[in-house]
Amino acid sequence: MSLSALRWPPFVSPTLGRHLAMALGAAVFLLLVSSQIGAYDDYNLAAIALFAIATAGLTVLTGVNGQLSLGHGALMAIGAYTTSLLLRGRELPLMLVLLASVTTAALIGAVFGVAAARLRGPYLAGATLALALGLPQIPTRYKGVFGGEEGLTVSLPAPPNWLGVDFPRERWLAWIAIAAALATMVLLANVLQSSVGRRFKAVRDHEAAAALCGIDVAQTQVQAFVLSSGCAGLAGSLFAYWSGVTAPGGFSIPLSLQLLSAVVIGGLGTLAGAVWGSIVLVLLPTFTGGMASNLNLPSSVGNNLPLAIYGAVLVLAMLVFPYGIHGGLGRLLGLVRARWGQTSTNHKGVVDWDDPAPGG
Amino acid sequence: MNNRTNGMTSGISRVALGCVAALLAACGQASTVETTNTASAPGITATEVKIGSTQPLTGPAAPGYSEIAPASNAYFQYVNAHGGIFGRRITYDFQDDGYNPTRTASVTRQLVLQDTVFAMFSALGTPTHLAVADYLNSEKVPDLFVSSGCNCWNNPSKYPYTFGWQPDYTIEGKILGQYIQQNLAGKKVGYFYQNDEFGLDGVKGLDLQIPSASVVSRQNYVPTNTNVGPQLAALQGAGAEVIVSYTIPAFTALALLTAAKLNYHPTWVVSNVGSDVPTLTGLLTKFSQGKVGGQLLTSLVTDAYLPLITDTSNPWISLFKGIHDQYISSFPWDGNVLYGMAQAYTLVQVLKAAGRNPTRAGVVKTLETTKLTGGPGLAPYGYGSGNHLGSLGVQVTTVGADGSLATVGPIYTSTDSGPITQYAGTPATPPANGIPS
Repeated sequence: MSLSALRWPPFVSPTLGRHLAMALGAAVFLLLVSSQIGAYDDYNLAAIALFAIATAGLTVLTGVNGQLSLGHGALMAIGAYTTSLLLRGRELPLMLVLLASVTTAALIGAVFGVAAARLRGPYLAGATLALALGLPQIPTRYKGVFGGEEGLTVSLPAPPNWLGVDFPRERWLAWIAIAAALATMVLLANVLQSSVGRRFKAVRDHEAAAALCGIDVAQTQVQAFVLSSGCAGLAGSLFAYWSGVTAPGGFSIPLSLQLLSAVVIGGLGTLAGAVWGSIVLVLLPTFTGGMASNLNLPSSVGNNLPLAIYGAVLVLAMLVFPYGIHGGLGRLLGLVRARWGQTSTNHKGVVDWDDPAPGG
Repeated sequence: MNNRTNGMTSGISRVALGCVAALLAACGQASTVETTNTASAPGITATEVKIGSTQPLTGPAAPGYSEIAPASNAYFQYVNAHGGIFGRRITYDFQDDGYNPTRTASVTRQLVLQDTVFAMFSALGTPTHLAVADYLNSEKVPDLFVSSGCNCWNNPSKYPYTFGWQPDYTIEGKILGQYIQQNLAGKKVGYFYQNDEFGLDGVKGLDLQIPSASVVSRQNYVPTNTNVGPQLAALQGAGAEVIVSYTIPAFTALALLTAAKLNYHPTWVVSNVGSDVPTLTGLLTKFSQGKVGGQLLTSLVTDAYLPLITDTSNPWISLFKGIHDQYISSFPWDGNVLYGMAQAYTLVQVLKAAGRNPTRAGVVKTLETTKLTGGPGLAPYGYGSGNHLGSLGVQVTTVGADGSLATVGPIYTSTDSGPITQYAGTPATPPANGIPS
């Protein structure tokens, strides 16, 4: 082994190769799926992908670093408003807009992260909740800049000409969102396996012990907040394209709470759990909405049915799968393996104290 | 070789000519005596025409407005029970958006892409519908009779598929302003308006009629803040004797109650949007916990563009009230129900005028080229190739001590920039079976 191989910087490791291969596989699979489904399904696929970015960022902050955020909807709003303001009356390359939105959200996240690093438990939850409550008031107050309650409109990005004139815009958006989501997942998966990720976990588990190991607790917490805010900014930017309008109503408290519950339903602290959570977050309302109209329920019941079922799923998931869908699937897989006479192997060769469900 | 080619060519042209002739014959037949229903457009089958809408069935705008779509649906059920439109059933797929533009955006895509509606109809709200107007027009989906008086819908170059229905707020403001000039001349006027397109458009119309020197105070509110005390105190402090209120029903009720608490009794002039008497009476009773009710509405000035709900001798009212009693008797009989049914009547008019097998572009063309007459509206529609404005005017009304409405003066029509003219047409009566022919 050469010397350079021993001195690989933390971001370029064999892990990166594995993650890139997985992402490539997922990309090919999703591309095939997206080409076979209708425009509305593509539209929902784009939503799953963009919410997966936000939930992945949140799971790193809350699950891995132990900072509870009830204000991630507001951070998404920052990304969305950056995108909408940049695109107001002009056309800009998509990449530029996405990067600008990530940067803005990360910068504001850094400022807020400094404050958040001084707060613990319910006080942190309260502060982030204040962010979620307060931020949507700004567009209403400064109507001239932010468009007030009506918000700012954004049109879907046009697919490049080589895809043909009839290529659905929804499918193109789905591809963009999937690419962004996979890039985010690869980045986060690598960060979590690097020394940065280990510091995140060390701070979550015992701040004093982490500090005694030489970890700067506050700095680590701010880093996690910035990373998570950047993800929320990217998700928010894609959300602006996706919904076509950036208005305060789109970033209310329920959004922040739904993001958090999606993370919990999916499996706190795991990136796969974030994906499961966003699938539930996007698809459940479309199923339950159809159910309400098929059952001919009175409107007062039917209108609240999606939220009620969402709550029921959350309660059920906590009872049956305390570690979320991802943990539950892992446990099932472990049972199947035991049934077939195989013992689950931990290929990493170490006890992964991060993995809640054995065999997952 | 050359000759053979020529022969072949002429042979082909002969066949082609024959085909063209046959096609022309078929076309000629189709346009005159088309007798079979075809799936002529998305959302249209031989037996069904599917219409979509987004409505505030929950959320801050739901009180009152949530009745509009069920009322439209009741009229469609009535039409379906009487043979439908060219034998097609109307299916009305209205979805809740909670008055939240972001939800409007995703629900509208569901209606267009998944449920494949032929057209959008009566989609409610200015902020909500602005979020999807671009999308619907880029998809070339007819966007008929938006339930909002924003003049933004009258923009044929930007929104060729979008049409308004009710008179826009500026026209209404001008006619209310003229009433104040003529009947309350010399009094100090104060404005109380919602700080968005709705209120601002209304104020624009008022300012065209009322000299700025007479306006002593301009106060606004946002629907998320229910404390209107400071605004009413400011109006009282400025000595306003007339308050023009561009408010949604809940805020009309709040303003009336707050003024009553301040022992402040100006003359109220309220936009049609926020003046439905049954809705306001209910809200006043609820907000004051039964202490006051409809008596606060006595001598309130407002306007109408449809027959008055209390005018039981009007044939439109007896038609729609009958349908209300038959299909949605659990709903109150109020201005929202009348609004939904009158809109549904207009849609059936257009769909019938567009022919047996309409296309999306065909419906738009019909609205731009055929004059729609004989509807329940007091004033004529403004639809034309350069104009997507609905009703062009209103008639001023006042509320009596018993909550009944009375009209004051003639029906006036106008445009955003043109003069106000008196409308001399005679009111139409509905067809005997209540369905446009």
